[in-house]
Order: sequence, then C-alpha cells, then structure tokens
Amino acid sequence: MAHIDPILDPTGRVEAVKTAITGGRSLWDDARARLLRNRAAVVSMWIIGFLVLVAIFGPMVWVHDYRTISDLRTVNPTFENWHIFGTDLQGRDLFARTMIGLRISLLVGVVATAVSLVIGVTWGATAGYLGGRVDNFMMRFVDVLYALPFIFFVILLLTVFERNIVLIFAAIGAIEWLTMSRIVRGQTLAIKGKEFIEAARAAGVSRRGIIFRHILPNVIGPVAVYVTLTIPVVILAESFLSFLGLGVNEPLTSLGVLISDGARMMEDKPWMLLIPAGVMSVALLCLNFIGDGLRDALDPKER
Amino acid sequence: MFQRAFGRIPWGYTLRRLLIAIPTMLAIITVAFLMMRAAPGGPFDGERRLPPATEAAIAAKFGLDKPLHEQYFNYVGGVLQGDFGPSYKTLGKSVNDLIADGLPISMTIGALTMLVALTVGTSLGIFAGLRQNTAADYGVMGFAMFGISVPTFVTGPILILLLSLGAGIFAVGGLGTWPNIGMSWHNMTLPVLTLALPQIAIISRLMRASMIETMRANHIRTARAKGLAERDVIVRHALPSALLPLVSYAGPAMAGVMTGSVVIEKIFGLPGLGSYFVDGALNRDYTLVMGAIIVYAGLIILLNLVADILYAMLDPKVKYD
Repeated sequence: MAHIDPILDPTGRVEAVKTAITGGRSLWDDARARLLRNRAAVVSMWIIGFLVLVAIFGPMVWVHDYRTISDLRTVNPTFENWHIFGTDLQGRDLFARTMIGLRISLLVGVVATAVSLVIGVTWGATAGYLGGRVDNFMMRFVDVLYALPFIFFVILLLTVFERNIVLIFAAIGAIEWLTMSRIVRGQTLAIKGKEFIEAARAAGVSRRGIIFRHILPNVIGPVAVYVTLTIPVVILAESFLSFLGLGVNEPLTSLGVLISDGARMMEDKPWMLLIPAGVMSVALLCLNFIGDGLRDALDPKER
Repeated sequence: MFQRAFGRIPWGYTLRRLLIAIPTMLAIITVAFLMMRAAPGGPFDGERRLPPATEAAIAAKFGLDKPLHEQYFNYVGGVLQGDFGPSYKTLGKSVNDLIADGLPISMTIGALTMLVALTVGTSLGIFAGLRQNTAADYGVMGFAMFGISVPTFVTGPILILLLSLGAGIFAVGGLGTWPNIGMSWHNMTLPVLTLALPQIAIISRLMRASMIETMRANHIRTARAKGLAERDVIVRHALPSALLPLVSYAGPAMAGVMTGSVVIEKIFGLPGLGSYFVDGALNRDYTLVMGAIIVYAGLIILLNLVADILYAMLDPKVKYD
C-alpha cells in the first residue's frame, strides 16, 4: 500500500476504506454465494456434469459400439451381453446409442450457442456502442428477421442441401443470435449512460478500466444467463428437426432421433421411448434450472 | 379502460409496419425461390430415369424450361394472385388445394391451443404471483419448469401411451371416424393439450413475474390506501397493467404454436398444413414447401402486427407517431 499524503487524507481513513473495498466481497463473490445457496441449481450442475462426463467418456469405455449391428434385434433391457437398455431394430446397443445421442445433442447445444454468442455479441455491442443511425438500421434489421419463421427456413435448407452436422450447427446458431444481440445492445446502451460510469470517469479511471471493470461485468451477467438458457432451446431445436427426420445422418444419432424411433415402437417396447425421452428431459430441466439460478444470482431484484 | 384504449388506433404506425411487411414478404419469397433453385438435382429425380422426351415435357409443363428470371417473375406474379403453382409430388393437385386442405385444420388446432394456453397460463400466473414464495407458488413454477423443459414430442407420445393406449379415453390420432369425426373432443384434446403445455408454462411464468411487479407499484398502494377491498384492488387495478406484457408475448406465442403444430400434426396423424409441410420437405416437393413457408411467414407477420398494434392501443405509455 502506497503512503498517502496526510493533507490529502486528513482523517487517515483512505487506507482502511481501500482494503475494505478490494478485500471485501465483489459482485461475483456475492453472485456465486447466491447461486450456491440455490439447491435446484447446484443439484442440476452436478447432474449436468455427470451427463457431460458420460457423453464424453461413456462411448469410449462401454462394451458395445453404437454402430455394431447384431442379430439380437429389439432385445428387452437385460444384463445378458450387457444390453442394459436393450437393442434397436438393427440390433445396435441402445445404451451406447443413448450416450452417443446425448453427446451429439450436447455438442449441438454448445456449438450452436457459441455461434449465436459470437454473432449476437458482435452485432449488439456494435449497434449499442455506435448508436444513432447505425444502431437504428441494425436493430430494424433484427426486427425484420425476428418476424421470420426461421425454423421453416432451416427445414427448407436441410431439404435442399445435403444434410450434415455442420450445417445444422450453423443454421440453428444463425436463428438464436437475434435475442442475444438485443440483450447485448440494450445492456451496452443502458450502461453507457449510467451515473457510475460518469463517476468513474470523473474519478479518473482510464477508459480501459471503465470498459473492463464497469461495462463488461454488467454485460457478462445477462449474456451468461441467456447463454445457459439458449443451450436447452438449441438442443430442443435440433431434436425437433431430428424428430421430423431432418437431423443427423445414420449411424450417428441424437436424442431426438432416438425419441422419434422410440415413439414408433412405444406400444410394445415403451422403454425405447422413455429412456431417451427421460435423458433429454433431465438434461433440459437441469440446464433451465441452472439458467434460472444464474439469473436470480446475478439479478437479486427478481424473486 | 378498454373503451378508452380502443379509440386510438395508431394509423401511422400501422401503415409503416405494413410498408415494412411488403419487402419482408418479397425477401422471403425470393430467398425461398433461390434456395429451391440451388438444390442439387432436378425436382423429378426419382428412382428410375425418365426418357429425355418425358423429362422435357414435364419441365415444360412446370415452366422449368424458361430462363431463371422469367421463372422467378412468373412465380412471384402467381403468388401475388394467390396461386402457388402445381405440387411437384402430389399428382393432379395444386399447392393451393393442399394448403386449402391443411390450413383449416392447423388454424383450428392453433386457435384452440392459444385459447387454452392463455386461459390456463394467465390463471396459473396470477394464482402463483399472488402467493409468491409459498408452496402453491413453488408447485406452479415447478410445473412450469417441467412444461418448458419437456419437449412436445416427448409429452405427446407419453400422453398417447397413458391416456389413449392405456386408459383408452382419447383417440390415438387422426381426425376420427363416425360419430367422432372432425374436431371432436375425443380427437382434439390430446393434440391441443400437448401443444398448449409449453405455452402455458411460459405464459404462467411471465404472468407471475408481471403480477409480482404490479402488486408493488404505486397505483396499487394508492388503491389500497383508498380502502378498496383487496379483490377490487386486484381485479380493477392490478390486472389491467399486469396483463400488458402478455399482449406483447402473444405474437411470439402464436409463432411458437404454429411451429409446434408441425410436430403435433405428425405425432397425432392430423392432416394439417404442418403435416403437408414435413412430408413435402422429406419428399423434396419444393413448390409445396415454398407455398407452406410463404403462408406461415405471412401469418406470423400478420399476427405479430396485430399483437403489436393491440399493445400500442392498450398501453398508454407507448407512443408510436
């Protein structure tokens, strides 16, 4: 700690206040504490963590490969041969396929959300920062796109072109950036004019400091919340396409494809529907709980 | 309140929105047309090759032998006159016929769903909002979380499994046979319920948040201070302003219902526009897919416009010049 001139600090309190501020609880400490108090969010984080590990490592260590076709068709769940979830119409192990499906669904969720994050933050921040006529034009453009039934265009796109997983990533990501750009723009605009920014400027904080210490933390919060809430939406969109028969190609699979296949067999073999449906519902439920928890933690005014 | 509000239709705003809607629709038609033409392979590529003469005759019949710009203007001209051309895959039927078959069914499902979603969602939201952080509130919000997280293509088959195949209360699917033909209770309950569930969830969450916020507003304190009964405070002072955010959600909600209807029609085997659309997409019936997209886009733009105008008329704080 630097020595402070007694003339500038006649009461001798500046040091104490400084340590209290820097050593005290930051915005993020508070938010983390609130998030960890939210039991639903914490449990959800554990479950999602477990599902992610299963999706990454499960297929590597499981005895069956998700592509291997066998004569044991539509076997009921059994410990014999380790078909614990049974097999599908081609005799492929359903436990292996569920893990691969989970992997693809989570991957689509993360990658497509990342695509939407990059486009949305760039677009929104540019519009909010530049303001004026540019902002007006950019946001009208978003308004026009907002009115379009994008999912129908994605379906047309997947009809016309060869289906591949990259196209699905890009197409879904390209839908979801609109809301993101609105949120980022709104935040940037609102924070740019706040008193505490003015106060910081008056106190002689550098521009860099203002951007990193004051503007970014306030933009990151809502963006982080929206990102967590976008992942389940994207996973839903992908499985929606898969369910209609427009998703990933065989032998790859996603939870939507498995649910679609299972729904056809549900009269005789309901678990073929219920297992992938259950996995998907649990994953989406947890992601939504985490997103809600994050929002409540970062914005304590709500609730 | 309502009488006063309905006097002021924002004509300028309406006109401007309509003027934006026209280039938007044109852009949709153009993009759809170009994507269709960019498709690898002709629309009539089947399992067996047709003789070249036959292929040329078919191309001539559908106007595919003309230069691209001429095809485009013919198509746009046709659409403007309400003609979407012949279907590529359903022989002897025009896209108009197929849309005329499917649209009434989809519209009925959509309208019923919105009705159910708005009634149930609003009621649940008000109920939970007035009992913030009680067991009843947590119950409703837990249900809403379930409704948001569990996709319709999961709830649909499970409801069929339980209530149709299991308990035998409702039809498994289809429009039904005599005496339950058409839009009967027996056939429509499950599709509408399934489609409404996510919307009920979203609307109740919105309504709860809005209700909580309104109950803390100054005009509510004033109303209470005047000594009004709590019932009057809620019904006459809180509800009108708490319902406002819902009006601005109506547009997106209807778009969501329309998109969701595609899956619902497939699950329950209902011959609506959504079913035709998906079948068209899987069979590469491009004219049908385009026609359906244009109809969907037009409906969504129109409904959004109506919702926004309604919002402008109801909220005295909003000023559109």
